[in-house]
Amino acid sequence: MEPLSNRRKQLEKKEMTFAEKAYLPAIAQGLGITLKHFFKKKATIQYPEQTRERSEHWRGLHVLKRDEKGAERCTACGLCAVACPAEAITMTAGERKAGEEHLYREEKYAVTYEVNMLRCIFCGLCEEACPKAAIFLQDDKIAPARFERDEFIYGKDRLVEPLKTTETK
Amino acid sequence: MESVDLLYKAIYILVIFGITLLIATYSTYFERKIAAFIQDRVGPNRAGPAGLLQPLADAGKLFFKEDFIPARSNKALFIIGPGIAMLVATMSSAVIPFGDMLLIDGHEVFLQAIEVNIGVLYVFGVVSLGVYGLMIGGWASNNKFSLLGAIRAASQNISYELAMGLSLIAILMMTGSLSLREIAAQQAGFNWNIWYQPLGFIIFLVCAFAECNRTPFDLPESEAELIGGYHTEYGSMKLGMYLFAEYINIFVASAVMSTLYFGAYNFPFMENLREAISDPVLANNVVTLVGVVAMFAKIFLFIFFFMWVRWTLPRFRYDQLMKLGWQILIPLAILNIILTGGGILLKDFLF
Repeated sequence: MEPLSNRRKQLEKKEMTFAEKAYLPAIAQGLGITLKHFFKKKATIQYPEQTRERSEHWRGLHVLKRDEKGAERCTACGLCAVACPAEAITMTAGERKAGEEHLYREEKYAVTYEVNMLRCIFCGLCEEACPKAAIFLQDDKIAPARFERDEFIYGKDRLVEPLKTTETK
Repeated sequence: MESVDLLYKAIYILVIFGITLLIATYSTYFERKIAAFIQDRVGPNRAGPAGLLQPLADAGKLFFKEDFIPARSNKALFIIGPGIAMLVATMSSAVIPFGDMLLIDGHEVFLQAIEVNIGVLYVFGVVSLGVYGLMIGGWASNNKFSLLGAIRAASQNISYELAMGLSLIAILMMTGSLSLREIAAQQAGFNWNIWYQPLGFIIFLVCAFAECNRTPFDLPESEAELIGGYHTEYGSMKLGMYLFAEYINIFVASAVMSTLYFGAYNFPFMENLREAISDPVLANNVVTLVGVVAMFAKIFLFIFFFMWVRWTLPRFRYDQLMKLGWQILIPLAILNIILTGGGILLKDFLF
């Protein structure tokens, strides 16, 4: 048959030499290799004391931002939920009442806003889709392990940025 | 024997027993540490400084685990199994000379628990009983995987004991004695048996690995094929006993190999050290103590070697294991006997 590429190799089964048959030189070589690893620098990161440095582009736990005056930026437009490929985001919209201007930036706001961390693939599309710069994936927090499934559904209580820090990232 | 001598002997026996258990305990720690180092990890370092309390933590865990006995097992044998393994393992260090002789108040204190003139046979006899522990444990579990592991252990130990015994005969032909103390004494200074018996040593080493059920010959407990082998049904400290007995066996095998081939408590320039000290009693004691250190250094090197090999080589296939034992090691051992005999005759003829 005509070879399709020039990578074909003629293989032959050679008779083993005495050193190969005796098996011990190969074992000695193997022992040498493992002994070399004995003195190599260890790759271990001592976790609770040290943490692995993350990439600058790493995407972690979601946060819902507030604006300069401390009002929530999110207007519950639903674009993030539409953009989400894993359908992890759900929300219900509500109308702002008089006297709540300091809480919500626009007339419409998110009454509930939930992200299911078990579904979320941390792709960052919600971040890109958001026209109000309200949702971000933080670069320093992970969604920690939990025991129950419902604990992975993060509501507004855990997503909205605390009031003290008002600067947007 | 005088009562003072008996007291010294009793103290010595207790000390050796303690050291045996201590070394076996810390072998588990060093096994994990060496495994980690070879795999570019750090290993246990949380319990105590540098993880030194890890063996205690492991033991605590094993003691508090559920002690499970299968419903249709033979309960008495199931309990006796690990006991036999442990008993036999701790017995065999009795005849090993860990040092020469100390002079205390004019008493000659030999650093050997029992001096019997059949020391080598005693070690072999006791070690070969060890397989009863595995066999009974595997059989009493009433589990086919355990039974397979036990049968493997039995046939493997018998096969390799043959080659081991044959390789030993060459040593006995050279030394002309079965007493371990005498074999040790003949290797004074740097006159070690390994220089005369390299082939015999390699055979003995391979057989020792197989006798201790260590990788690459750990087929009785190959978890990929037999779940856990002979100790599948064991949990809690009964399993701990089996594993512990295995580490004691490694220690004893290392001690026997050091004694037979690597000059036991002898070290190079021993006589120079003896002559350098003017007081003969002090000189004797110093040389003996350095010898004890040399002996333990050799033992630790062998224990390290056991672990080093474990993290280098993959496990044998069972038919390959049998083929190696019967078709390669036994003929090689017989060849070694013939060569040794020829060598001895040649030596007599020439000198």
